Amino acid sequence: MSAGVAHTPAAHSDYQGAKIGMWLFLFTEIILFGGLFILYSAYRAKYPHEFHHGGAELDYVIGVANTAILLTSSLSMALSITAVQRGEKRLAMIMLALTVLLGAAFLMNKYFEWGAKIAHGIYPNGPELMKRSAGEGLFFGLYFAMTGLHGLHVAGGVVLLSIMLVYLAKDRIRKGDHVKLENAGLYWHLVDVIWIFLLPLFYLAA
Amino acid sequence: MSTIAAGGAHAEPSFLDAGGRTGLLSWILSTDHKRIGILYLVSIFTLFWVGVTIGVLMRLEQLTMGPTIMEPQTYNAMFTVHGVIMIFMFVIPGLPAVLGNFFLPILIGAKDVAFPRLNLTSWYLFLAGAVLAVISLFAGSGPPDTGWTFYAPYSLRTGTNVSLAVFAAFVLGFSSILTGINFVTTIHRLRAPGMTWLRMPLFPWSLYATGWVQVLATPIISITLLLVILERFFGIGVFDPAKGGDPLLYQHLFWIYSHPAVYIMILPAMGAISEIIPTFAHRTIFGYRAIVYSSIAIAALGSLVWAHHMFTSGMGELANTIFSLLTFLVAIPSAIKVFNWVATLYKGSIDLEPPMLYALTFIFLFCIGGLTGVMQGALALNVHLHDTYFIVGHFHYVMFGGTGFGFFAALLYWFPKMFGKMYNKKVAIAAWFPLFIGFNGLYFTMLVLGVMGMPRRYYDHLPQFHTGHVIATVGSWFLTVGLLMLFSNFVMALFKGRKAEANPWGGVTLEWTVPSPPPTENFEEIPTIAGPPYEFNPVVTR
Amino acid sequence: MQEEHAHVVPYATFVKVWACLLMLTFILVVVSRMFHEALSVWAMLTITPLKAGLVFYYFMHLKYEGPLLKAMVFVALATLVVFIGMLFFDISSR
Repeated sequence: MSAGVAHTPAAHSDYQGAKIGMWLFLFTEIILFGGLFILYSAYRAKYPHEFHHGGAELDYVIGVANTAILLTSSLSMALSITAVQRGEKRLAMIMLALTVLLGAAFLMNKYFEWGAKIAHGIYPNGPELMKRSAGEGLFFGLYFAMTGLHGLHVAGGVVLLSIMLVYLAKDRIRKGDHVKLENAGLYWHLVDVIWIFLLPLFYLAA
Repeated sequence: MSTIAAGGAHAEPSFLDAGGRTGLLSWILSTDHKRIGILYLVSIFTLFWVGVTIGVLMRLEQLTMGPTIMEPQTYNAMFTVHGVIMIFMFVIPGLPAVLGNFFLPILIGAKDVAFPRLNLTSWYLFLAGAVLAVISLFAGSGPPDTGWTFYAPYSLRTGTNVSLAVFAAFVLGFSSILTGINFVTTIHRLRAPGMTWLRMPLFPWSLYATGWVQVLATPIISITLLLVILERFFGIGVFDPAKGGDPLLYQHLFWIYSHPAVYIMILPAMGAISEIIPTFAHRTIFGYRAIVYSSIAIAALGSLVWAHHMFTSGMGELANTIFSLLTFLVAIPSAIKVFNWVATLYKGSIDLEPPMLYALTFIFLFCIGGLTGVMQGALALNVHLHDTYFIVGHFHYVMFGGTGFGFFAALLYWFPKMFGKMYNKKVAIAAWFPLFIGFNGLYFTMLVLGVMGMPRRYYDHLPQFHTGHVIATVGSWFLTVGLLMLFSNFVMALFKGRKAEANPWGGVTLEWTVPSPPPTENFEEIPTIAGPPYEFNPVVTR
Repeated sequence: MQEEHAHVVPYATFVKVWACLLMLTFILVVVSRMFHEALSVWAMLTITPLKAGLVFYYFMHLKYEGPLLKAMVFVALATLVVFIGMLFFDISSR
């Protein structure tokens, strides 16, 4: 990197700097979830059969559906950015709104999925789970912790992208000044990447 | 902005005045990196004194065998809170948040950091975490009694305010992460024209390495602490042996952050020493590149040694061996730095001003700390020394003798620049004596006590350790006197100090080219850098 | 504004990547559910990082970024891999 890159006041208009900052933040998210992946890998190695068994109890159809939902939401997110770069505001807004809706749909699915498990007593310290082996208890403990933390991030993303939608509507994001949207998009894609890993670890463990 | 007068005195107001913006609100809403540095200075040193007080009280308890001034449960809470405050609220944030914030932009020729509003947010988060930690002392079930390490399964079972304390640490971690993001981006994007990476001074280099550790290591403690809270509230079982969980996994996750954290603590102090020594030896630093590469090596290697805190916890043989080997290796880059600092002195023209005295003391105390660390890295010795006072002595040598004294040296160096006032140098030197005698009386004794077998975190002690404890406690009194002298000297200087010039020490880095205290935008014109940072030639072109 | 020089990725590229991602997901699910466990573990270990890589490279624009950002991402991911790997020195030997 050459020296003396930006003579402009630090507070604004350093596009590359804003992206670097965002990526650095994303690294912290990767490591945050990474800690949970570390635990998952340790316990899977210790309780392979129980994890297999636990995986069979999860509904892989919802899991795959949610994967498709998030992958599509990443598509619409990326399309909205290209649209902004081309000055196609209406298309950008439609795509961004679609992303938000898909995120909300994901959360709805999660709500039903968790609801079903909880209703059956399969949750940490829940009656049914307490009857099962330690390994299965850990599988579901990690399942709730990881999909829960991920779900919180999806919810945060839905809020963030809704705010971006308002900015877009008000032209605070527009062609030539859209790093906010790009950075929000980076966040959203990372949330998608985390789910890409969660799918096989939990839903396809069987 | 006012016009610039020819030849010297500027009409531009200092950042302390900022054109009349001096009210409390103008400070706590300020995004000026210098003001934020001072906000951190005040909050961090307030907490430091709380931590010191707890330490003094703990030593008072150990003055006699049996109960002296407190119950065992209180003692457990005391060493826990002492650790939490000192580590999360003093040593980790300390140098980066105070001096990094103040001086990083100036040292690289910038007007502020990359994300000034994020910077202020970091401070708010710091305050929030500190407030939560203080609340955990008094609320409901009483202060945590687990030790600052919050080991499972006890931390999952104890009724004390673990969740609150651990959440406070989580919030503080977030503050640290944002500082790291800010500094790494600032260094990439805002260096002045001509300041290539290898022309950047060594304090910014240390902050760069530290920033990466803050970004990549802190999230591990974040998730670990979050899991402790989830365990306590929901019983998910990941650290709970009653549910098939492995408490060793807690230790792994905890130390994956907390070991690199000690490098967050020491790297900036080493960076400050690298600034101070050349100035008072009137010589360029010896081995600039070696110091740069060793900083990166310390950050990288330091992230690979964490399990040396777990040698006696029941890990497998393979892990013990590998982590022991890596622990020996990580001492090498630190040793390279010590060599370079000492080599800088050779054929230099030494000025034993207060910053230099304390910087040299840093080298001495850090060496003892570092060498005792290497001793602990030996598996056979570790079995004998783990969880004894030897460990306590070791980490106080590196964290207090190292980072602490490094911080003092850096404050003595940069105080006149920050506030435009000079402190009483004789008092600063006088304070050194009780500080040095007290410090070694307290902590060297601990090394001896540890080898003799005195366990740490014990409320009471056996008769054979009694003499050592009395010596240590008396040492703590000398140390406290020295600290009081040092700090009151600074405080007096704020109100009554002589006006300080722009360059009282004859330094050659960028901060000495701006007024004392600096104006809000630091530089009227961003300088262009023509050469390496520590040139002590008669004519320096900027 | 510096953003005007940023690379604009065509809509079609994103759609193609999305189609690949869906297809890879389909393969992954089929292999996991129909085949022998060893094969499904291998599928997971290859397909999943590949999917993540596609998202990083195209959706997150990494393909069009400079070497600095690519190096940073590599460092972050390598750090996580090293943490997991070194942990297994312990787990595998007890």
